[in-house]
Amino acid sequence: MINDRFYKRRYVLTAVITVVVVVYLVRLFSMQLLDDKYKDAADSNAFFHKTVYPPRGLIYDRNGELLVFNSPSYDIMVIQREMATNHFDTLDFCEHLHIDREEFNQRMEDMRNRRGYSRRTPQIFMSQLNSKDVADVREVIHKYPGVSIQNRTLRGYSYPYACHVLGSVGEVSQRDLERDSYYSMGDYSGRDGIEYTYEADLRGEKGVEVLLRDARGRIKGSYENGVYDKVATAGKDITLTLDINLQIVAERLLNGKIGSAVAIEPHSGEILALASNPGWDPSLLVGRQRSSNYSALSKDVNKPLMNRATQATYPPGSTFKTVQALVCLERGGITPHSCFACSGPGSKPIKCTHHHGSPVDLLNAIEQSCNPYFWQAFRNTLERDGYGSGNADFIRNYKLWREDVMSFGLGAKYDDSDLYSQKPGSIPTDKFYERYYGKTGWRALTIRSLSIGQGEILTTPLQMANMMAAIANEGYYITPHLNKADSMLARRHETSVSPKHFSVVKEGMCRVFEYGTGRWHKIDGVEMGGKTGTAQNPHGEDHSLFIGFAPKENPQIVVAVVVENAGFGATWAAPIASLMIEQYLFGEIKRSQVYDKMCNTSTNSNVAKRP
Amino acid sequence: MIRCVTLQPIAMSQKGRKQFALDWVTIALYAVMVLFGWLNIYGATYSIDQEFIISFDKESGRQLIWMGMSVLLGCIVLLIDSKFYDLFSYVIYGAIILLLIATIFIAEDVKGSRSWISLGPLSLQPAEFAKTATILALAKYMGRYGYKPSKLSDFIVPICLILLPVGCIILQKETGSALVFFSLFLMLYREGLNPIILLLAVAAVVFFILTIRFGETPLLIGSGSLGIILCCALLLLIALYYLYVQEHKKKESAYVAGAAVVCYTVSLILCKWITVNLQWVSIGMVVACSLYLGYLSLSERRLRWVYLLLFQLFSLGFCFSCNYIFQDVLQKHQTTRIKVFLGMENNLSGEGYNVNQSKIAIGSGGFWGKGFLNGTQTKLKYVPEQHTDFIFCTVGEEWGFIGSLCVLLIYWYFLLRMIKLAERQRNSFNRIFGYGVVSIFFFHLVINIGMVIGLMPVIGIPLPFFSYGGSSLLGFTLLLFIFLRLDAERLEKIKQI
Repeated sequence: MINDRFYKRRYVLTAVITVVVVVYLVRLFSMQLLDDKYKDAADSNAFFHKTVYPPRGLIYDRNGELLVFNSPSYDIMVIQREMATNHFDTLDFCEHLHIDREEFNQRMEDMRNRRGYSRRTPQIFMSQLNSKDVADVREVIHKYPGVSIQNRTLRGYSYPYACHVLGSVGEVSQRDLERDSYYSMGDYSGRDGIEYTYEADLRGEKGVEVLLRDARGRIKGSYENGVYDKVATAGKDITLTLDINLQIVAERLLNGKIGSAVAIEPHSGEILALASNPGWDPSLLVGRQRSSNYSALSKDVNKPLMNRATQATYPPGSTFKTVQALVCLERGGITPHSCFACSGPGSKPIKCTHHHGSPVDLLNAIEQSCNPYFWQAFRNTLERDGYGSGNADFIRNYKLWREDVMSFGLGAKYDDSDLYSQKPGSIPTDKFYERYYGKTGWRALTIRSLSIGQGEILTTPLQMANMMAAIANEGYYITPHLNKADSMLARRHETSVSPKHFSVVKEGMCRVFEYGTGRWHKIDGVEMGGKTGTAQNPHGEDHSLFIGFAPKENPQIVVAVVVENAGFGATWAAPIASLMIEQYLFGEIKRSQVYDKMCNTSTNSNVAKRP
Repeated sequence: MIRCVTLQPIAMSQKGRKQFALDWVTIALYAVMVLFGWLNIYGATYSIDQEFIISFDKESGRQLIWMGMSVLLGCIVLLIDSKFYDLFSYVIYGAIILLLIATIFIAEDVKGSRSWISLGPLSLQPAEFAKTATILALAKYMGRYGYKPSKLSDFIVPICLILLPVGCIILQKETGSALVFFSLFLMLYREGLNPIILLLAVAAVVFFILTIRFGETPLLIGSGSLGIILCCALLLLIALYYLYVQEHKKKESAYVAGAAVVCYTVSLILCKWITVNLQWVSIGMVVACSLYLGYLSLSERRLRWVYLLLFQLFSLGFCFSCNYIFQDVLQKHQTTRIKVFLGMENNLSGEGYNVNQSKIAIGSGGFWGKGFLNGTQTKLKYVPEQHTDFIFCTVGEEWGFIGSLCVLLIYWYFLLRMIKLAERQRNSFNRIFGYGVVSIFFFHLVINIGMVIGLMPVIGIPLPFFSYGGSSLLGFTLLLFIFLRLDAERLEKIKQI
């Protein structure tokens, strides 16, 4: 156009437009191609990774009896960020959950203070509700943005027994979270017992469902029809070696007493029963009441949480004489025909607590539990080579003795066992005595208590049962274990005593039931062997002990029973063991009078009797 | 001419009366934008559990109706003789102003704004059509013979023509739409407006941002508002630039610079013992500088330094009133939007939610985008207003950088094409109208896309041809097609000349 003075300003405008477009393109380039944070934010907005919890493996006893199963439970989950940004009718919500405003606030507060809390992810608001509790909320859950119900399972128990063996399931601890990345906050894991040992098998594998979630927190279905989902794998079932009927009998027999009973199938090492009293009903440690019940149990003076069968250690007392005899035979301290004099209660240095003839040979000594016999056998064994220069020969023989004793599985934990917690017990080392007496200051006489299973020697009831199994097997034992599937694994331990020596000891043990301390507790028609024990201890009344096996030929069961502070082994432990053997061999107890009496007698007024 | 023959044989057949040369490139761009825009509206309103359907209950379906009506409107516009717009421009302008005023009273209150008039099932926003009317009136006034931009009345009247609808629309509480009219200053600039005016506007924006953004920033030493201090420093620099670069006053600029350096150094040293109010030191320096300029203008009898003096003093005054404007004149939501934009408020679940979610949507698109209907941010309704003002989020998320690049390049080419068309007009009326069209579209583009990518504060205006909405689509179509109609007859004008 003519006379257009400002014609050139078109270039300025073109330049401005171009600059703006370039600036915007640079910005878009950096947002869309250089910065990943938007992508992550979009994903965390849209994708809700819902954890699918697999059913935990079931637990059966050796006869296929179901012991532990799963029952449905529900957790109320909330995402606080979504509750905060949208309209959330708190009062209405509380009403449907049957809680009041105060509890709501308290729970929100607790939730926020929990470790690992995040506003953006679902957090447990209320856990372990049953289907009735959540029914009301489930109907109107769409009204509450950020709230969801998560399906979980809780453990259920067919019998109120075997608590120590089965253990319990609870929320994972902070340590578990740090150690194993599989877990996340609020997951459950086995806390003790079988649940703990076989956690990896029982838990299965969690699955993930990738869901789409809209701005108001509503789930809009699965993403890409579930291509990215991961299916949950159910936990593996476990069959235990336990015979639940025997377990029930054992626990009932221990009712009102403090003590434990262990039964093992000797040729396989399978634990048939592992009872400890006092205990608890395993269903107490489930769900919402778990923590309060747990703290009550942990404060109980009788320490019910302690598994006395594996964690309590006692001097084995006279039951140890069996092993003592075998070691002495092996090392040449005695022969089966050796005889020693016994002066009854006047014997020195150890008096005899039983009345019998003199002298006694090995069979008689076991049958009558003759203390002087075993003291002399012990001295002969340790001092067979004299003392040597600086006591060296004596100490060498003591070390050999100790190794022989430990080859029966005494005084050390079974590292290859699946038992949850064990105490090692103790067979004292030569160093132990050297500390007190110096290298040359101790002789057989100094440690004479060891000859009759007293003094510094400590064993758990499980070890006593295993010792019995090694004798019943005549020279070996299979590590005691609870998982039936593991029985095939060769975990055979040979004792250092050669098999030829066992028959005389077993014969002696059988005579205990014919003529000795066990003669009142014989089962009709069964040849069986055993040994009572009465262990002195600094805590009061003697512990009542018993080990036994049956039948004599090809033993099917060995039993060890300890009743704390009850008195003679023959009075308490022996009848309990005898009844357990009867139950296992015949599947029933004919001596119901004895059974009822044992079940209903209490040896300790502090222990609450179970109905 | 050859193109006219090939493309418009019918028009040519009516030869003698009219030469009709429609710009098909622009029409093609228009069609591409509207269709691509519709795809994105479909995507933005698509819900995840829905089959691919077109329903008139949904925005995507209704937009089809609006698109049909727009085509109809475009055809009607093209059929009307171009002289009509010239002749009736003031009438149209007057009618629209009356309609705007009437709207304030008869419109129903929709989310605080009174800008919608309902005609049966349809609602229209007169403000969208006021743009066209205003440009027509401006073109008429400025295109008349004897218009001289340097003349005071020819400066004042166009500004009044712009401010009149702005006032009405602000009264309708549609501040965003009102701001659009200020883009017409770009057109005024092309037509000879003194660029100082635009520079002053830019300066005002800079001072406003500095004062607000750094108003509450704590100082390391001394006291006072960092915003004001920065503004004063900027004013001193402008004075120095003017003295040294424009006027070549070496000695005088050295005085000013030296005085400023000494003053700041002394105050900073004094801060060791007492708390010096650096704000008042800075203001003092600017005032001193102004007085010095006044002295210079008196001694050398140069008026232009008085302008600089006035600029300095008015700027100071403006800086002081910024806080008042920000706190008391602007509405609450406007204040927070500006705070969010300036990064002073970071509440992502509150005021910052929209922009944050829209940035997430666009940023998560990547290079190729998530694919049509696969955007999670938009499908799951994380972005509010995603089919209207935030429609570009869908583009960014589903079509990625490639899609965004294409849209921006199409707009860029479209705007340059408009400039080209405007420049080839043979009369001022057409050219002014063309530049009006350019200014409006450009402003919408800058604000809308700048807003969704976080480079502009949130101002609720649509992205032309993309955003859902009948009024805006019809309004933009009207604007564009009137210009195309004017352009189509430029050859006729040659004949007349």
